Amino acid sequence: MAEELRVLLQYADQINPESADDYVKVGGYKGLEKARSMDRKALIDEVKKSGLRGRGGAGFNAGMKWSFVPQDAPIKYVVCNLDEGEPGTYKDRIICEKNAQALLEGMAICGTAISSKQGYIYCRGEYPFVVELLKNAIKSAKASGALGDFDIEVRMGAGAYVCGEETALIESIEGHRGEPRFKPPFPGVEGLWAAPTVVNNVETFACLPNILANGAEWFAGIGATRYPGTKIVTLTGDIENATYFEVPTNVTLRDVIFTLGGGVKNGKKFKAVQVGGTSGAFIPEQNLDTQIDFDSMGSIGAALGSGAVFVLDETRDIVDVVTRISKFFEHESCGKCNPCREGTFRLREIMEKVNAGRGTTQDMDNLLLLSKVMQKAALCGLGQAAPIPIESTIKHFRYEYLRKI
Amino acid sequence: MISLTIDGREIQVPRGTTLLTACRQAGADIPTLCYDPDLRLAGSCRMCVVEVKGRRNLVAGCVTPAENNMVVETESPDVVESRKIILELLLARHKLTCHTCESDGSCKLQDYCYRYGVTDSRFTGEFHDGPHFSKEDANPFIKRDYDKCIMCTRCVRACEEITGAQAINVMNRGHHAKIATIFDGNLEDSPCVFCGQCIMVCPVGALTSKVAAGKGKSYQTEKVLTTCTYCGTGCTLELNVKDDKVVGVTSVRDENWSPVNRGALCVKGRFGWDFINSSDRLTTPLIRENGELRPASWDEALDFTAAKIKEIKGEHGPDSLAMFSSARVTNEENYLAQKLMRAAIGTNNVDHCARL
Repeated sequence: MAEELRVLLQYADQINPESADDYVKVGGYKGLEKARSMDRKALIDEVKKSGLRGRGGAGFNAGMKWSFVPQDAPIKYVVCNLDEGEPGTYKDRIICEKNAQALLEGMAICGTAISSKQGYIYCRGEYPFVVELLKNAIKSAKASGALGDFDIEVRMGAGAYVCGEETALIESIEGHRGEPRFKPPFPGVEGLWAAPTVVNNVETFACLPNILANGAEWFAGIGATRYPGTKIVTLTGDIENATYFEVPTNVTLRDVIFTLGGGVKNGKKFKAVQVGGTSGAFIPEQNLDTQIDFDSMGSIGAALGSGAVFVLDETRDIVDVVTRISKFFEHESCGKCNPCREGTFRLREIMEKVNAGRGTTQDMDNLLLLSKVMQKAALCGLGQAAPIPIESTIKHFRYEYLRKI
Repeated sequence: MISLTIDGREIQVPRGTTLLTACRQAGADIPTLCYDPDLRLAGSCRMCVVEVKGRRNLVAGCVTPAENNMVVETESPDVVESRKIILELLLARHKLTCHTCESDGSCKLQDYCYRYGVTDSRFTGEFHDGPHFSKEDANPFIKRDYDKCIMCTRCVRACEEITGAQAINVMNRGHHAKIATIFDGNLEDSPCVFCGQCIMVCPVGALTSKVAAGKGKSYQTEKVLTTCTYCGTGCTLELNVKDDKVVGVTSVRDENWSPVNRGALCVKGRFGWDFINSSDRLTTPLIRENGELRPASWDEALDFTAAKIKEIKGEHGPDSLAMFSSARVTNEENYLAQKLMRAAIGTNNVDHCARL
């Protein structure tokens, strides 16, 4: 029987997230203290050993990412990705609202590891109240002396989904159009204002204090071996308990939906679940006994992504849902590269045609062909992932398309 | 040096070489739209994608560093398929009026569609009512037809990096993204200096010269390399000649042929050539007699001028005369001009238009 395991959210609603003093009373800033007592290399090795992997969606080993930062660079930055643009995802907001000091501590730990004195939090434009909260939390942490000489500034986005992509995020902080850069160079080598920069997700940073305080082995022992720790999942759609849960990464999707989530709303039957946000694959019933960790999800052609869990009941029209998703990507493509700029527009066009009952099997072939080329040739993750909902539903719910043709 | 295998051929390149350069060195013809050796890299057109063994996705050659022991395929089925689909996507938004297009014959989109046999696009859409990007811009020099634009942003980068004007940039997002001046106005109301560097770098017919419009396509004109006479900078330009008439000016970007300007020109050099065959143009000296100008020979005109100068000098002294020279003549000619005034006339009254 699956149960919540609250690590990041252990003191949710028991402490004032803005108050550094409250946080210290429940053991906060112990991790940072430990980190500062360690040799930088040993600190990075400790994070590596914990197996902590990026919680923003790419699942890259956090310690490994930090190790790419050249130590001799005079200026380095720590950037927190709080763009949280994936529809149905609000875990980063929850972390800030329940445990903002853990995020600040995590960033300072990263700052210690790469010897950076400056952090930025890039907060999505739709979260002005979180910006206020964070500013107060930073003020409190600075006043308490907990952060030492590590400074954190909050920058606000303007509502572009693509700015959740780390290089577009950097461009946006620099004041440019939110467009991704080509990689390499990776931000770890040449990021914000051309200085080495570590960009991590809110949840990744927030994991760090406990890793340092309790040890890498403790963290590595939680959840799935290759993607250890807990994950905050946000349940939306046709689900009884449309809320968030912090779970160990070895729970199955079925447990998330049917045990914690209370099953499909109003006693209806399950049809599909989209995990990881709008660019995630739609997963049919037969794959629900998969663990939610990064690699297990990858093995069924899906992605854990941001941890959004969007459930559809038996009455939902998959083609209609995917058509709406294709509109979203058409709107959110930045327009830089050809496959995404033109591809998202044409995918939406064809999806609308199919959804309106004017499609042909040729249209489905064209959707799949375009999907393949976008995944292979688009510049950034947005263009590469945008066709996945279409591709996965043609694979698992082909009959729904055929019904409309 | 690192070594890698490209289309089965092993080659050595210095570390830091891009895959594009390495592939070209190995003899592979890689298509590019947004790549321009004089501009910062964009990596956005994705035409130069190649397949690297072990990589899940295709990589853009222009922005990917070659690595030791890489195995690269430049025309694998996935590469060719991607390029074809990208071309189809671009064709679907492209105003196909090649027969009347100024860039017909010198258009990269046309060339690559020919190369990959892309005759038509399967993505033209059901209603053909996608957004249009056409822009009427009432200026005498640059025609902006964004229904032919492929969004390579070379114009934006050239405007910023070669000319420094920053008159244009991308506005809007996604499929609605287009090249625009601030507030989407006309070039005249922007910092544009009408140098036409944007025309020089445009790989298609989206930006063309209004002055040369209709006078001859690239393949119909003979190219004559010459030096611009407008000022002393000495820019190299290429006269486009048809039926013994100059019908256009284009850039030569090869550093060996165009060492001073590497193709960059100003509004005068690029657009100010229509005087050559103008009926208003002076072709002989003119002498004013009884308030009327009459044509004269050079000998007569020079004798007339010399006599007048001597007369003025005799009557009012050498300092009553001054020489006003021009930036349109060479340094040597300017030297001779001051020499004439100082040595022959005996005055230091020498000045030059560039000083004003």
